[in-house]
Amino acid sequence: METLPTALSTPLPTVWFCAVAVLWIGYLFLEGFDLGVGMLMKLFARDEAERRVLLNTVGPVWDGNEVWLLTAGGATFAAFPRWYASLFSGLYLPLTLALVALIFRAVAFEYRGKIASARWTAAWDWAIGLGSFLAAFCVGAMLALTTTGLPLDANGDRVGGPFAWFTWYAVLGGLAVVGFALVHALAFLALKTDGDVRVRAHRAFRRWMPLGILPLVVWAVDIQLRNGKWWSWTLTALAALAALVLWQLARRGSEGRAFLLMAAFLSSGAAGIFSAVYPVVLPSTLDPANSLTVGTASSSSYTLGLMTVVALIGLPLVLAYQSWTYWVFRRRITVGSIPTAHNVVPAFLTRLVTGSHGAERAPAKEA
Amino acid sequence: MDALEIARWQFGITTVYHFMMVPLTIGLGLVVAVMQTVWFRTRKPEYLRMTKFWGKLFLINFIMGVATGIVQEFQFGMAWSEYSRFVGDVFGAPLAMEALLAFFVESTFLGLWIFGWKLLRPGLHLVALWCAVIGSAVSAYFIIVANSWMQHPVGVTLVNGRPVMTDAWAVFTNNTALVAVPHTLLGALGVAGAFLLGISWYHLWQRRHDGIDAVDANGRVVPGANPELPGRDRADHAVWLRSLRIGAVVAMISFAGTAITGDLQGKLMFEQQPMKMAAAEAACHDGTSFSVLSVGDLGSKDCSNVAAVIEIPGLLSFLAKGDFSTDVKGVNSLQTEYKQAYGAALPNNPIYGDRAGQSIQYVPVMEVTYWGFRMMIGFGGIAALAAAVALYLTRKGTVPQARWLMRLAVVGILAPFGANAAGWIFTEMGRQPFVVAPNPSMAGSVDQVFMFTAAAVSPGVSAGEILTSLVILTLVYAALMVVEVRLLWRYTRGGVASAMPELAEKHDDGEHKQSDDVLAFAY
Repeated sequence: METLPTALSTPLPTVWFCAVAVLWIGYLFLEGFDLGVGMLMKLFARDEAERRVLLNTVGPVWDGNEVWLLTAGGATFAAFPRWYASLFSGLYLPLTLALVALIFRAVAFEYRGKIASARWTAAWDWAIGLGSFLAAFCVGAMLALTTTGLPLDANGDRVGGPFAWFTWYAVLGGLAVVGFALVHALAFLALKTDGDVRVRAHRAFRRWMPLGILPLVVWAVDIQLRNGKWWSWTLTALAALAALVLWQLARRGSEGRAFLLMAAFLSSGAAGIFSAVYPVVLPSTLDPANSLTVGTASSSSYTLGLMTVVALIGLPLVLAYQSWTYWVFRRRITVGSIPTAHNVVPAFLTRLVTGSHGAERAPAKEA
Repeated sequence: MDALEIARWQFGITTVYHFMMVPLTIGLGLVVAVMQTVWFRTRKPEYLRMTKFWGKLFLINFIMGVATGIVQEFQFGMAWSEYSRFVGDVFGAPLAMEALLAFFVESTFLGLWIFGWKLLRPGLHLVALWCAVIGSAVSAYFIIVANSWMQHPVGVTLVNGRPVMTDAWAVFTNNTALVAVPHTLLGALGVAGAFLLGISWYHLWQRRHDGIDAVDANGRVVPGANPELPGRDRADHAVWLRSLRIGAVVAMISFAGTAITGDLQGKLMFEQQPMKMAAAEAACHDGTSFSVLSVGDLGSKDCSNVAAVIEIPGLLSFLAKGDFSTDVKGVNSLQTEYKQAYGAALPNNPIYGDRAGQSIQYVPVMEVTYWGFRMMIGFGGIAALAAAVALYLTRKGTVPQARWLMRLAVVGILAPFGANAAGWIFTEMGRQPFVVAPNPSMAGSVDQVFMFTAAAVSPGVSAGEILTSLVILTLVYAALMVVEVRLLWRYTRGGVASAMPELAEKHDDGEHKQSDDVLAFAY
């Protein structure tokens, strides 16, 4: 395979491998809880008031979280074009599904509250719930497969048909992100809500946390058994330690620290996985010679240098203003903090709807 | 159809669709930010209402742009993996920068703006909106830098058959991009202008229709109020009249600006992509005349059956070069030149699949380029003309009572959308058969960088897979278009009260007064 003239003569490809890993971890940590909250709209919330509480815990921030996915994709394109090309074309159908799921979910967040009708909101609830589930599952499958491999030929193209990617690892990775997102969202809700939702979220977190993170643990350990090095094993051990402490903390009812330890668990576990497969970025299950590595997949050192400068300026800024956003919206949300839904009525019709007095409000139909 | 053709249809459909939302986001975002700035400085209530109402429509549209934009970030790798491998060293960088430096700003600060009405100080809240608006303009810059490199590759050398970036400054200050960015932003303003104009017209008409506004003996408006209809007071009249005038002025600025920048683009195109210029004109033979109407079989490729019916002598030379006598090369002589420079047939390389060895058609589909070029200019011109007429007709403070005029104003919202879509279809289809067009200043050099579209599609992805996604995405997009338009229409008809429910509530007995614990806005 021809390579661009970088190989590993500079540390830049390795730096960018770490940067892409950081972007994925950032994505899983941040969008993780809003994907989970999306699924919990169907699984956890008991009534319309609670669904709106859930929705509004992530309302101001989910879109910013999702940009981590776009940035991870864009950075992979810029820094490792061959990785981007082989992975995304190889997983054509699951990524199509992920895109449709993300589209519906995004539109649902914005449109759900725009009309106060039970049918309208119920339909968008399904879009949020199913969309979050499918997006989490497909992204998880993609991440697992980039560590376990696809049947790639010498050009980096998938052989074996549209479903050649389908292995148990795809399912495992999908479950890993879905499971993580669900318990991560419970920890988030315990931190961001008050009242009954907070109590129940914390209880559910305590109960489901071990099961929720299990697929991720299985994936991490499996990768270590296949490719582990001492430092990737160390990271995995740290993740395991974080999980144990996390469970203890959760039992004692410490919401804030439990949430932070979810971050520690995710980042050390994912870092363990990424560093175990390094320097391979996408293995070929057909022939190890076809595997894409940090050296063979990367852009030129000029481009990587340019991107490094941009990232050193851009990423701290993003972290700063996104953190500030979370601080602005730091208040816990309760059923009582949700304003009543209002219906949108054509201006010239209002009289007919509200009766002749005009003083009554347009009734929130079926609210 | 094979994978290549299906993938091209998919890219075209998803991109044109995405670019229905994008210009409205860019243009309307700027207008709303200006409205909120005026409100912040003057505290005039009508500007708050304008901010809230147009802001609501802005958001309904914005999210569709976000949702369909995700597809764009992914589909280069999914459907165009050979393209991604070929251009990744140059093309990936602006895409990654767009996400890192623009999308984050746009989405984070818009979240702050939507939910921050009571939480943030008014000044800070306004800054949040400006950040989001600037973010969307920055995003336009980066994506156009990427696109311009496909039109006119600069700042690279060829290493092992692939372009490698050697001069980032050249890539990011590509003159193709420097004129395309203002052209696109000004085109986006035109969309916003017609949108404001059409919807404001509808409301002024509705107010007259409901007997709220009347006109005096001189035809001057006498704004009234109807306390039974929420928000239908005298300030409401000011909201719509001012919005209408802003929209009309914005639409005219847009047309003047796109004409000037478009003229600069034409002159660059004459040097950089002469075939696109000739195909825009269906100019078969070298000459100086601009065709107002050409008939015949534009698709005949060899130009055997195209006749210009009406021509303006010298105008084509002016568009291309700034004088009236320069001979602009026609399709026939350019076809010969391109064949000499870039080959008469596709090489026998497996990357071309069944197309390997086929002769190359260097003339773009002329029905598309010829009419695309004219629709872009025509729709833009119609919108600007209509805006001028609208300013005249509303000089006495309201719109005429004629229902057909109101309908025309509402339907006219579509004209700048058509101009934007036609412009992009023209410039992308006009680049064919290249996906990365050659830079003529490098002609003959071993470093010549170009790529045929036929080589760009993903070799490992089957036609069936791409057809599946094409069908799914088209159906989803069509359904969401219906939802979006209906929602926009519903909020439009609701008037300001649809975005400010407090207008409907203020006459209540205080029963609905909300405590400070309640969020100012919630999904």
